[in-house]
Amino acid sequence: MKLIRILLLTVLLVGIAACGGSGDDKDRANVLHRGLAIDPETLDAHKARSIQAADILRDAGEGLVSYSASGELTPGVAESWEVSEDGLTYTFHLRDNAKWSNGDAVIAEHFVFSVQRLINPETAAFYAQLLGDVAGLEAVDDRTLVITLERPTPYLLSLLTHPATFPMHPGSLAEHGDDFARPGTLLSNGAYVLAAWVPGSVLKLTRNELYWNNAATAIDEVQHHVLTQEMTELARYRAGEIDITASVPPDSFQQVKAELGDQLHVAPYLGVYYYGYNLTRPPFKDNPELRQALSMAIDRELLVEKITGRGESVAYSWVPPGVDNYEPTVLSYAPLTQAERNNIARTLYKSAGYSEDNPLQLELRYNTSDTQQRVALAIQSMWRDALGVETTLINEEFQVLLANMRDREITQVFRSSWIGDYNDAHTFLSVMQSDSAANMPAYASEEYDSLMQRAASQVDLDRRRLYLEEAERVMLADHPAIPIYFYVSKHLVSPRVAGWGDSVLDYHYSQHLSFKAVE
Amino acid sequence: MLRYALLRLLGAIPTLLLVIVLAFLMVHAAPGGPFDEERALPADVAAKIEAAYHLDETLPQQFMRYMSGLLQGDLGPSFRYRDYTVSELIGSGFPVSLRLGLLAILLALLVGVGSGTIAALRQGSLLDRVVMSFAMTGISIPVFVVGPVLVLLFAVKLHWLPAGWSGTESVWKYLLPVITLALPQIAYIARLTRASMIDVLSRDFIRTARAQGLGTKAIIRFHALKPAMLPVLSYMGPAIAAILTGSVVVEEVFGIPGLGQFFVRGALNRDYTLVLGIVIFYATLIIALNLIVDILYGVIDPRVRHR
Repeated sequence: MKLIRILLLTVLLVGIAACGGSGDDKDRANVLHRGLAIDPETLDAHKARSIQAADILRDAGEGLVSYSASGELTPGVAESWEVSEDGLTYTFHLRDNAKWSNGDAVIAEHFVFSVQRLINPETAAFYAQLLGDVAGLEAVDDRTLVITLERPTPYLLSLLTHPATFPMHPGSLAEHGDDFARPGTLLSNGAYVLAAWVPGSVLKLTRNELYWNNAATAIDEVQHHVLTQEMTELARYRAGEIDITASVPPDSFQQVKAELGDQLHVAPYLGVYYYGYNLTRPPFKDNPELRQALSMAIDRELLVEKITGRGESVAYSWVPPGVDNYEPTVLSYAPLTQAERNNIARTLYKSAGYSEDNPLQLELRYNTSDTQQRVALAIQSMWRDALGVETTLINEEFQVLLANMRDREITQVFRSSWIGDYNDAHTFLSVMQSDSAANMPAYASEEYDSLMQRAASQVDLDRRRLYLEEAERVMLADHPAIPIYFYVSKHLVSPRVAGWGDSVLDYHYSQHLSFKAVE
Repeated sequence: MLRYALLRLLGAIPTLLLVIVLAFLMVHAAPGGPFDEERALPADVAAKIEAAYHLDETLPQQFMRYMSGLLQGDLGPSFRYRDYTVSELIGSGFPVSLRLGLLAILLALLVGVGSGTIAALRQGSLLDRVVMSFAMTGISIPVFVVGPVLVLLFAVKLHWLPAGWSGTESVWKYLLPVITLALPQIAYIARLTRASMIDVLSRDFIRTARAQGLGTKAIIRFHALKPAMLPVLSYMGPAIAAILTGSVVVEEVFGIPGLGQFFVRGALNRDYTLVLGIVIFYATLIIALNLIVDILYGVIDPRVRHR
């Protein structure tokens, strides 16, 4: 009896103490719930670096051009544009009904202001380098914007879909200073406006009634739920609380595929998973044969099928397939069978001075995570079986690994990745230029750099492409890194959501989505 | 009593100072910096950002800057949540963790003491064995197993309760995390209560009370409960600390925006100020809680005061 009384009392107390919120759930009918892997570090589009910040900002803003649900470039704030013969001058015509969420018109000057702030060294913007080839921006009048380039940059339009190039409202920045990017102050010229942000929990976006294309927006409210644990996200999806997940946990992938196959969307993604060599230290410094041997001895087919198993595709190139105006060049040995590769690898291994009696001993560093661990274990055994290499696996916390990669003092082989920022081969190939901060192996090739320079000055897309492809071929032959597989995007999309399109950039604007009528 | 409390309070200052110095040195000693990412910053950009957060200064300079801010109650800006200050984040996360923790403690006390007492009264009976084996299970199954299992059962399969936190206003979202968090404490408190109650019930004064004709209920309520609660009470300090800091896992499993989650994320992201801020906040809290428990102990047991 007493126990029951205590239990009842507890339930009552829980109820009372928990009464922080307001009664019933909001009508779920027109609210879209999306998973987000981490909080954005900031919603200042110039200071943000994360994919998640860009995801939010694409809902809460719009650039000159945008993407359709199926991934084609579409007019954004600019209703039309012209390109000069030499490819160096772009003239954009802004639509006259583009408005900020406070009612002000979006004018050409706001783009000029934004770009000036982006490239100002004081802003210290990571994405300032995106516009490295822009010579000048001029607001001819409120509705005409001219962008001049130092060299033809055929992917300029794709860059202009990036939130770092979205317009900014100078008045808002002057008024709010560093606080301009918070809920209540962040102005939007996109389909949604930021209504609330509870760090670690949820970002709420509500319909921007003043958006020029508001009539086409179907969903009134979008909630991006910060769910750092993939398992938690999956549980919430299964419980019907999340409509679109940011990912699918590796351990549950096969089960999800079997049970929710029709809701699972796996699509190629512009990202490469690679092992980099530290080219500044032995044993890999000036030792391309050894680097090639290790690269060849990895059975990528087996790896993506048995180890990663989420639909990833094998990587024999640095640039993933699916990039506009580009055909990735592949590693020379790609057509061979794994047995043939292993034979050549053994020869190379021997000529690099190693043998069964004198095996290569190396350290492989990766960041602590189940997936990385599994891949590393598999590659360790492939290297051992094919060549007799003795690999020591070292897992490090991510920030530690990053610091070691950057310092290049103790690393030999390290795990890394590169995710494309725009749909062009340049976003991948520029990584390996000798002056790139992202060039973790410290690859430095004059030939490569000069091919990249020549590609940059080409107006003709076909000739530019030939230079880029040649550059990739040169780089792959030097084996500064081992491309292992290309990422895929993995989402669960609720059957009640319509308008979903798979995209190589993994952009999914909420404004393109709607709910199916309930029968 | 007041003098005792004041002395304890003064004694806490060097402890706190030591915690701050150690925490400061440790977060800065960890390899990697707050702005390191896979997409590395160009050197000039990195230098600008580091200068903006005074990371280019020497460690002693940074420490002095931090301490002078701290003395004015300023915990500084978060490095990872660049639109927020550390105080704002603690202000947003702590009430969530606190509400969760208090509910868990309440639940643990009510169920733990209740079931422990019943087990003590029916010592050796089936009920006793059921309660105690339940307690053993509660202690041995880790929170990160209990949480997902409860979610799977009550949210995914039965759809009775929400699986997560954000986006639902329903008060029922507290239930699963609170139970998950309370379970090990319920078990611990039940065992403590049972042992202590058995001990107390065999004392002479209980026999006297029984001889006077008092019923079991009255004996428990007026004579046995208070002395039997002493071990439980002294366990409350560590229990509250364990629940507040232990909510880290529960917050991760349920996606709850509490202080625990900020702490873990902050440590992984090298968010120096956020980690330091939370360490200082928790240290102060734990010192204060211990102090309060000691004083309460004095109120319940007069012998402590006069020692």
